[in-house]
Amino acid sequence: MANLTSTFVGIKSPNPFWLASAPPTDKEINVRRAFQAGWGGVVWKTLGEAGPPVVNVNGPRYGAIWGADRRLLGLNNIELITDRPLEVNLREMKVVKRDYPDRALIASLMVPCVEEAWKAILPLVEETGADGIELNCGCPHGMSERGMGAAVGQNPDLIERITRWCKQTTRMPVIVKLTPNITDVRLPALAAKRGGADAVSLINTINSITSVDLDDFAPEPTIDGKGTHGGYCGPAVKPIALNMVAEIARNPETADLPISGIGGVTTWRDAAEFLTLGAGNVQVCTAAMTYGFGIIKELTAGLSLWMDRKGLTSVEQVTGRAVPNVTDWQYLNLNYVTKARIDPDACIGCGRCFAACEDTSHQAIWQKPDRVFEVNDAECVACNLCVNVCPVEGCITMERLAPGTQDARTGKTVEAAPADWTTHPNNPMARAAE
Amino acid sequence: MSHSPQTGGIVAARLDSAELAAHFDDLYPAFDDHEARVAADRCYFCHDAPCVTACPTAIDIPLFIRQIQAGLPEAAARTILAQNILGGMCARVCPTETLCEGACVREVAEGAPVEIGRLQRHATDGLLLANEHPFERAPATGKRIAVVGAGPAGLACAHRLAMLGHTVVLHDARPKAGGLNEYGIAAYKAANGIAQAEVDWLLRIGGITVQTGSALGGAITLDALKADHDAVFLGIGLAGVNALRIPGEDLPGVRDAVDFIAELRQTADLSTLPIGRHVVVIGGGMTAVDAAVQSRLLGAERVSLVYRRDRGAMAASDYEISHAATEGVTVLTNAMPVAITGTGTVEAVEFAYTREGATGLERTGETFILPADQVFKAIGQTLAGAPEGLTIDGGKIAVDAAGRTSLAGVWAGGDCATGGEDLTVTAVAQGRDAAEDIHAHLTGAAG
Repeated sequence: MANLTSTFVGIKSPNPFWLASAPPTDKEINVRRAFQAGWGGVVWKTLGEAGPPVVNVNGPRYGAIWGADRRLLGLNNIELITDRPLEVNLREMKVVKRDYPDRALIASLMVPCVEEAWKAILPLVEETGADGIELNCGCPHGMSERGMGAAVGQNPDLIERITRWCKQTTRMPVIVKLTPNITDVRLPALAAKRGGADAVSLINTINSITSVDLDDFAPEPTIDGKGTHGGYCGPAVKPIALNMVAEIARNPETADLPISGIGGVTTWRDAAEFLTLGAGNVQVCTAAMTYGFGIIKELTAGLSLWMDRKGLTSVEQVTGRAVPNVTDWQYLNLNYVTKARIDPDACIGCGRCFAACEDTSHQAIWQKPDRVFEVNDAECVACNLCVNVCPVEGCITMERLAPGTQDARTGKTVEAAPADWTTHPNNPMARAAE
Repeated sequence: MSHSPQTGGIVAARLDSAELAAHFDDLYPAFDDHEARVAADRCYFCHDAPCVTACPTAIDIPLFIRQIQAGLPEAAARTILAQNILGGMCARVCPTETLCEGACVREVAEGAPVEIGRLQRHATDGLLLANEHPFERAPATGKRIAVVGAGPAGLACAHRLAMLGHTVVLHDARPKAGGLNEYGIAAYKAANGIAQAEVDWLLRIGGITVQTGSALGGAITLDALKADHDAVFLGIGLAGVNALRIPGEDLPGVRDAVDFIAELRQTADLSTLPIGRHVVVIGGGMTAVDAAVQSRLLGAERVSLVYRRDRGAMAASDYEISHAATEGVTVLTNAMPVAITGTGTVEAVEFAYTREGATGLERTGETFILPADQVFKAIGQTLAGAPEGLTIDGGKIAVDAAGRTSLAGVWAGGDCATGGEDLTVTAVAQGRDAAEDIHAHLTGAAG
């Protein structure tokens, strides 16, 4: 059976599933329940500097979008960092860590962008016995307007500076949490590395308005007739997060920088995908907020079973396994020619493939008598849209044309040797084939 | 409770009022908004959708379901009602399992179609209960049309004519408009007075004068109507019933099922409606099923539905027959009645077993006897009271695809006319299409 034990920047946990810094990790009672349920670690909800705590709104903090049967697909929040006194959080962290020494306990931190502020809080955190710190450089609302959170995360120089202050002050591993609300995530990751970060974690939430109340003409969640952008998370953001994780993992300058993957992890499969794209562990929030802490049993059992099937015995063997296969468009094999194939036995005759192809793509599907749908190879560009809109899994597949056969669309013989854009004659920058 | 299911003879109040109320409530409760959206979400929005093809009124089903899914059932209602002005009753009485839902690709794939009928009801009930009529009349044409029969065909025809700007006089022999929706459908399919509510709502279009108690051959004649109007539409249904032609048919306790169903529908307090302890229903169509099921629901101890051919030949759908069985009706096939017996009143029915022989249905020689306090005859209805001069084809008024009869200026549709099955939805389509043809004819656009 696969060993799910995780060692991330030297921090050990019985499994690679941590709860992300968020409401589920705001208090001792929540964290104890999480550990009892089996979570490997928690990133305690972000602590601010000593003194009067922040205040939250007293109206709705969350907005959401739903799929069929009200399945929660995306969640947004306008909550701030912990609104409880620093000393209370520190005291609770200490007793929880004492009682659960085998679990990872990370302190998320966000203080003003001055060296003294960071140097003031770090000893207090160390004293709790916490295993590491995560610098919240991502919170997109409320704190960013005060020069913290995403305001730092959008400025690589500030990331580097704060990271360096922390590394100079504490023995604890430093994880820098990155915001996705930027143009190129590789730059803040690189800045964190320059500052000495032990790891980055990403993504934080995405600026969003989930919906608009069409009676009040106000964005959701609405507070007394007004709304503001909040941070978007949940299953809907996973593809964005996966790409950002992969961008950092495959960048030679940051390839060795450990990554804690965050963003819409809902099932073991999501977690496995983050790991294969370079994450050393994953952090979960929305799924726990939707279903409760009990999902950890599905996450661990599923990852373990899948690893067994693949013959993978440790999390380290999973991490980064798909990174070599993430490439740039120009290196994709243009001699890989496929055509859609519709299985007439599986087809239920809905015609969605036809409508999609005829109306919006390449007019490559025929509707024949008795609602039989067939692909016209002479027009099929293998776009895959029919596969994606077909309601029957496995009914339409993309079949590769064997080398030596003729592509009915181009009239050309499919070649066995790969060829990509870098050598294509239409590319003015093409290199001569060697 | 004065009686029980075991009380002999034909008596009222076999069940108490609470049981009766529960038995005759909606067969399927209405969807709430969330249920409707979940059900709507199952629709694949098929291209050239088979459900639309299967609908005699060609409602754009994927569109109206998408409108429900998008949170505007009132928009869905407009989509439905533009094609089928009796969409509310059709949602309840259509044999969807053989029409739209039978054609649904998810029926093919999973044996679980999108619940089109219930979704249609969800959409249309909203407008009906709000009594919001979304259609307006075109400018008056000055043309007057007589519509005879205020059943589904006549109502659909009258509404479309009124919408097109014509003035309509709608005649019906019965005290209320609605036709079979009001008098001929099982009560649990039209609970809470929905049939009359729909008629009232439909008439809000304006321009339609309803004259009840007005029957052809009685207060009105076709010649007089033709003389006074620019066109006449006949939607007179099938008013006659077939006889068994066996000994004992005239014994007290033997009755036409259609009369029983009509009386039940018009009975406000069902605890006053007498029903037999042992009921035998003879026939294999929807009327037979509705009579048998409602007999059980009224508290009859034992109800047998007996059909002379095999189950596959029954006009009632598999779904309806299963429903009858679930309600405790015993379905017997390949048995034909040969005599009804009793002293002074019906006591039993003797049946002969049958089989398909070389020359058609033949007796096997074996017989059996069912005890019966009450017998309902449901072996088919026939055209009755059709005016002279119309060409009749196979017992129905011959019409072309546009609903024109052999007489100039006279159109017909619904069960009394040829073409299509004897279904509410088919009658609506025929009434609607005849109205369009009448309009084209009167405005000079007819081909």
